[in-house]
Amino acid sequence: MRSPWVALVLLASTLSFAAPPSLKLWHGYRGGEEQAIEQAAKAFTAATGTQVEILAVPYDALSSKLTSAIPHEAGPDVFIFAHERLRQFHRMKIVAPSGPGLEPSKYLKPAVDALELDGKFYGYPLSIKCLALFMRDDRGLTAPTTTDALEAQLTAASNPAKNEFGLAYEAGDFYFHAPILFGFGGQLFDAQGRAQFETPAMEKSLAWVKSLQDRHLMPQEASGALVKTLFNENRTAMVISGPWFTGEIDPGVKYSIHPLPMVSETGLPMAPFLGVEAAFVSSRTTQPEAAEALAKFLAVGDATVMRVITGRQIPAELAAYENEAVAKDTMISAFRAVAERGTATPNTLEMARVWEPMKLALRAVLQGGVSPHDGGPLAGRRYRALNREAPPTTSPVPYVVVLVLGLVALVTWQSRKAKGKSFKQRYPEAGRGLAYVAPAAAGLAVLVVVPFVIGLSLSLFHHEAGEYSFVGLANFTDILTSKGYRITEPLSFYFTLVVTLLWTLANVVLHVSIGLFLAILLKEPLLKLRGVYRVLLIVPWAVPNYITAMMWKGMFHRQFGAINAILGMFGIEPVSWFAQWSTAFAANVITNTWLGFPFMMVVSLGALQSIPTDLYEAAEVDGASKWTQFRRITLPLLRPALLPAIILGSVWTFNMFNIIYLVSGGEPGGGTDILVSEAFRWAFQRNEQYGFAAAYSVLIFFVLFAWSQVTKRLSGEEQA
Amino acid sequence: MSARTMPRWKMFALHAGLSLTCAVTLYPVLWVVKLALSPTQTLSMSANPFPEAITLDHFRDVLGSTDSQGRWLFGRQLLSSLVVSGATTLVGLSLAVTAAYSLSRFRFPGKQSGMQLLLVTQMFPATLMMVPLYSILQWLGLLDSLGGLVLVYATSSLPFCVWMLKGYFDTIPRELEEAAIMDGATPGQVFWKVVLPLARPALAVTALFSFMQAWNEFILAATLLNDATRFTLPVALQRYVGEYKTEWGHFAAGALIISAPVMALFFALQKFLVGGLTAGAVKG
Repeated sequence: MRSPWVALVLLASTLSFAAPPSLKLWHGYRGGEEQAIEQAAKAFTAATGTQVEILAVPYDALSSKLTSAIPHEAGPDVFIFAHERLRQFHRMKIVAPSGPGLEPSKYLKPAVDALELDGKFYGYPLSIKCLALFMRDDRGLTAPTTTDALEAQLTAASNPAKNEFGLAYEAGDFYFHAPILFGFGGQLFDAQGRAQFETPAMEKSLAWVKSLQDRHLMPQEASGALVKTLFNENRTAMVISGPWFTGEIDPGVKYSIHPLPMVSETGLPMAPFLGVEAAFVSSRTTQPEAAEALAKFLAVGDATVMRVITGRQIPAELAAYENEAVAKDTMISAFRAVAERGTATPNTLEMARVWEPMKLALRAVLQGGVSPHDGGPLAGRRYRALNREAPPTTSPVPYVVVLVLGLVALVTWQSRKAKGKSFKQRYPEAGRGLAYVAPAAAGLAVLVVVPFVIGLSLSLFHHEAGEYSFVGLANFTDILTSKGYRITEPLSFYFTLVVTLLWTLANVVLHVSIGLFLAILLKEPLLKLRGVYRVLLIVPWAVPNYITAMMWKGMFHRQFGAINAILGMFGIEPVSWFAQWSTAFAANVITNTWLGFPFMMVVSLGALQSIPTDLYEAAEVDGASKWTQFRRITLPLLRPALLPAIILGSVWTFNMFNIIYLVSGGEPGGGTDILVSEAFRWAFQRNEQYGFAAAYSVLIFFVLFAWSQVTKRLSGEEQA
Repeated sequence: MSARTMPRWKMFALHAGLSLTCAVTLYPVLWVVKLALSPTQTLSMSANPFPEAITLDHFRDVLGSTDSQGRWLFGRQLLSSLVVSGATTLVGLSLAVTAAYSLSRFRFPGKQSGMQLLLVTQMFPATLMMVPLYSILQWLGLLDSLGGLVLVYATSSLPFCVWMLKGYFDTIPRELEEAAIMDGATPGQVFWKVVLPLARPALAVTALFSFMQAWNEFILAATLLNDATRFTLPVALQRYVGEYKTEWGHFAAGALIISAPVMALFFALQKFLVGGLTAGAVKG
């Protein structure tokens, strides 16, 4: 009896073995590097017969995708990432240690060292990234070895009147500032390994960069795009950038690559951070040997040569430098020389916590809001606020008791209300009604209500590295007492709440007034081309809002944005939109107004058309002015249609994450963040503090709930 | 009486004002068109919204994108976008219509609190729902599948759709249905042949919203999908916008391609928009 089943199982298992084995590889590469990795994966398939399914994810999204997918067994077998996150990946248990295939002596020493954690190695080093000095050959400059020499050359090469600079680099990014800090003798970590910001070297390094900018030796608010353009158009003689920059340089431009100079004052070299990209094996892979083989394959031999030649990477494998084609490549050897002076970015958790505070301080100093002296303390304060200590774990028993009692009370109250009539009498059609609702209710229960309840309860937990601990109301008390920062600082709940309310109010007022005004114009029956105008004016509504946001962000770009170009036509100086709170907030509001007025226009138009025209005619006969007609007829009759739209619009705007996140991104210093984007940051950008973020969301929920009660009363009055 | 006239200058001012508003409104769109058609990948400092040189390279790159195995990525991604949005509209609308009809016509226990709960869940930020959603979809075996995405989209737009349709159904007089029943129609026929045709404007608007929501959504899709051949278009577009480098030309071309179908739908349905959006609310 049993044999057919056994045969079936056997058949099924052979079938599953018969399918060619395949491995999943995730990376964040683009362009040449992506091509190189695809070539290498093909070579692996040719050599072993194992297929490789590649997924390219934008680098900034890759980490969160890895940490959410791998624990749910939906992740890759092998992934490529920079080593800085290794400690975090290790804590979340998503990365497996390297097997005996890794021979440390075969790679550049700083590269393997970077992959070591507590005596074990993780992953296979692929390539190195670090900063170097790019110089245009046609300027006839010699590579500066000290900052004094550099400044002399910059002064000669800059021409502020013609917007020409000596040097350009992304000064607002701490990755670029770190070598300068080290050159001034700065240490990022104290003896206990804690981050430190309030040091003399920090102040000196900030002051030095600020002085370069103030003397117009380098541009303000340089983005990668600006740096590239300036270099290609010969409007800067030098650039500080990494190997990826070689792909950005126009083919006709001759250039050379040099180590960063030494700081004259200290005699210390500007030692750049060394990033090591490695192929890591996932801890959850079902094929550990094959995955390990793929990771190793990518790191050595032919694959390395492909990555160097096609991907323009600086290889970690020593043997690659012996290769004829690689040895001839001056860019590769120049970077190797630079790399030998560099220090690998520490792969500690503490390192990951430095970026956001330092970015804040750098931008604040460069934009002139804060003196170099106060930059360090500013970063220190932000650091302490972001890295909140875990609240003490408490017992969930009292909370459960309260919850159960509450539910019991609710149920008894409800059932008392139902006394008197029988169920059938009260609800004669309940069967059909429920049957119609059931499918929707089932879907909602599983995919909306359950996540909602879980989201609510998450706010009572603290989340760290994949583990939750019950902390009761501690998240709420921390938020509401503004623990760790002043009430007037952007991180405080109250500050963000005020910004959110201002944001909502400004938008709703603008949406309604512009929408209503246009609707009144368009209502005019004698107007020709009404349809055309109406169609053109609802265009913004049809554009997906993340596209709108990106588009406006581009238009507000300081150097290349259309808005500053238009202001320039009127002789107005270009505005750094995201440098001050007021202009950044205005930029957000302008974007959202553009996006939101058509909705209000359409609603108003519909409502206006439903107002009988004889009312106006009668009013005219009675001699009422246009203004009186508007106040006495239009507004009262519009109210029932406009009120729900306004309520809906206010809730949408209150939670309008995309615009804030993509346009101002919270700049300057988180000041323009609203509550939702703040919750998002706590959840996904600051050590995944889901509990804290959930507490934020619950507070958002309470605010909106209170608002809905107010509006209910408003519309209630309406109906009465 | 209705043949009012208007002074010439006033008409002129009206046209001038509206044209100016249209110009301001369309400027950003023209700017994107310019980026998409210009040969460079970068922004350029210029207020002129018309391209100086025209090339279709960006469109060609975006439309012709392939993966390492030579599969036509754009085609597959367009297909999955269409499938996801179409299915979301279908599933969402059929769930919403039945639920809204029931909520509008029948009395049953839990109706009021259910409606309130629907509204209340809308006030909780969606981003945080993602953490539990991920686990629920894993439990349902729907991670990394278009089906899972459709279910999530359809249910997340349900509260809005149900509220809108219920508002509209409330305005349709019950007498019509009663008359149909008198004429011997079954409840099913009443629903299909009487109620639904009358609710067409609201149905059109709801369908448009569901479609748009699914077509444009990108955070969930980017998190849940792990296979480039099944990405929806917004996720594919994300590739052109890096943290360190934005390929503006490709982004703009992609943005226009993604926006085009939604715009077309919008304009096709805009007649319904005015009536469908307001009728439910105007009932007073």
